Amino acid sequence: MALIELRNLSKIYDLGEVQVTALKGVSLDIHQGEFVALIGPSGSGKSTLMNTLGCLDRPTEGSYLLADVEVAGLNPDQLAQVRNQRIGFIFQNFNLLSRTTALENVEVPLLYNPTCPRRQRAKRAKDLLQLVGLGNRFDHKPNQLSGGQQQRVAIARALVNKPAILLCDEPTGNLDTRTSREIMDFFRKLNQTEGLTVILVTHDLEIAQRANRALVLIDGEVVVDTTDFRLAAEALQRRALTDADANASASSA
Amino acid sequence: MHIFDLFVISLRTLSKNKLRSGLTILGVVIGIAAVTTMVSLGQSAGQLIQDQFQTLGSNVIVVIPARDQSGGVRQGNVTTLTEADAFAIAQECPSVAAVSPYIGTSGQVIGGNVNWQPDQMLGVGPDYPIVRNWVMASGEFFSQREIAGATKVCVLGNTVAKQLFPNTEAVGQQVRVKNIPFTVIGVLIRKGANLVGQDQDNILLMPYSTVRKRLQNSAFSNVDVIFVSARSQADSSLAEKEIRTLLSERHRTPPGEKPDFEVRNTADIANVMGIILGAMTAMLSGIASISLVVGGVGIMNIMLVSVTERTREIGIRMALGARPRDILRQFLVESVVLSSLGGIIGIALGVGGSAGVIALINALLPHMKWTFQVSIPAAIIALLFAAGVGVFFGYYPARRASRLDPIEALRYD
Repeated sequence: MALIELRNLSKIYDLGEVQVTALKGVSLDIHQGEFVALIGPSGSGKSTLMNTLGCLDRPTEGSYLLADVEVAGLNPDQLAQVRNQRIGFIFQNFNLLSRTTALENVEVPLLYNPTCPRRQRAKRAKDLLQLVGLGNRFDHKPNQLSGGQQQRVAIARALVNKPAILLCDEPTGNLDTRTSREIMDFFRKLNQTEGLTVILVTHDLEIAQRANRALVLIDGEVVVDTTDFRLAAEALQRRALTDADANASASSA
Repeated sequence: MHIFDLFVISLRTLSKNKLRSGLTILGVVIGIAAVTTMVSLGQSAGQLIQDQFQTLGSNVIVVIPARDQSGGVRQGNVTTLTEADAFAIAQECPSVAAVSPYIGTSGQVIGGNVNWQPDQMLGVGPDYPIVRNWVMASGEFFSQREIAGATKVCVLGNTVAKQLFPNTEAVGQQVRVKNIPFTVIGVLIRKGANLVGQDQDNILLMPYSTVRKRLQNSAFSNVDVIFVSARSQADSSLAEKEIRTLLSERHRTPPGEKPDFEVRNTADIANVMGIILGAMTAMLSGIASISLVVGGVGIMNIMLVSVTERTREIGIRMALGARPRDILRQFLVESVVLSSLGGIIGIALGVGGSAGVIALINALLPHMKWTFQVSIPAAIIALLFAAGVGVFFGYYPARRASRLDPIEALRYD
């Protein structure tokens, strides 16, 4: 039994006259402890897939079983609870609350977790900030932290309710090369030592290679699902060439 | 999220932009301050009226001869009330506590080496102090014996005593009224000025029979006015009825005709004044409440702006597990905290403002003694009102916030 089971998942946006299909019948399994990279060009549907996996959005068709619970049948309150307890989000632009200290930022998911008593909040948050190496910056606000530090606060926040899955949307997009490497190392460590399932969305193949498994998404479909990143790279290349062809013929027509 | 956390988060958020928060609640502050001041002043005025009626006497009913108005022309006062009427009222009306006849006169009193004209020179009965709620400062009041003998004794008010005998005890001294020698047997306690500015202590009292026989040289036994004191405020209207019935019988008023006397119940006057005051206070408070509506709109406006500004934050919170109801509560608590803070400041300003106004009135019009009244129930109601404004005007923005789509919100710039 996999942690995540997608069967024939589709997402169709109804824009009045036009219907946009972002995901076309995606079926896949992700097991606990995997480190998966979701790769694809823009418009491939990877954001939509991530939003669906993150229970921020509901599929139009198909089934999404998360730890044996059918997500499609949950109401907004229940979805919120799943997001709070099972999933940790990491965003490209960090999405920390501005003018709020690191400690207060990390505590936010605890506020919405009824099983965590108020007294324990500060301690749990501090423990996690220690874990990500920001033990001496509890009261720093985001504008007093570097990009890498902010992302680490975000990681601490994502882990504070001990989620099963870490969903990362271009987590290194706003970071320099060295900091990106540090963050990716951290993800690997979490994956290997804590057994945390990490799903990483990126368009950068080099970043993706830090994962164990590649899912290449093109036009709403999973075209490649492999542990061999060369196959993934080829699929992306092919797509890049067809794009160039299309552009060329369009401009010459 | 627990209500305590909501409260703490609201305070944190509001203090991040103190200027904006302060300006937002200005409308509520002014509205609550205005209403609080109105209500407080209204209560002080009410207390002032009460106090004034107390100095007049307790539960006083005044019986006066009717003014003849035949053919639309006033014929002048008819002398129809008698000493015997007064006795009858005292004996036969069970709701009556005390009665005093009253004969008005005027003139100068000479005592020591001083010539003085009191404001009031009256012939009254022995129960006058009871009816008027007036205690002796020294000496004693005359009794029925002095009435029977038309004895030449008098009682001075504080002002007259001080004017005639500034350095000595007035009791026992001799004074002359219309060249007739009187002995001072008592001095009344100081009462101060009444509502129209008259010095109540500028008074000289004599037995009414003495005034009639010695000063006016009249053989008639009629009196100008009969003062009556009812047993209690509750008994006032019953006493009034008893007096009317009794006097109509005694004066043989033909049925259907107007009697030759009038009965005025000061309790009724006090009530009417109280009703008028209450209506005025309510009206002024109503007008002041309009600014509460303005304040509420101000809060709604800022909360809408706040929600739009914090769209991304709302998206983040939802992504981290906030349910729509959590977001609704967060913004609703914020606007209630805002308006309640405005209410508290408004109440403080209103209380301070009315204290200031009262001090000013007392300074400019020294014969009025406005007392500063603070009503705790009124303050609590004002606070609840302020909180209510926050709930009512904050609900719409809070609901809009809770209905945001998290994905759209996260994308918001």
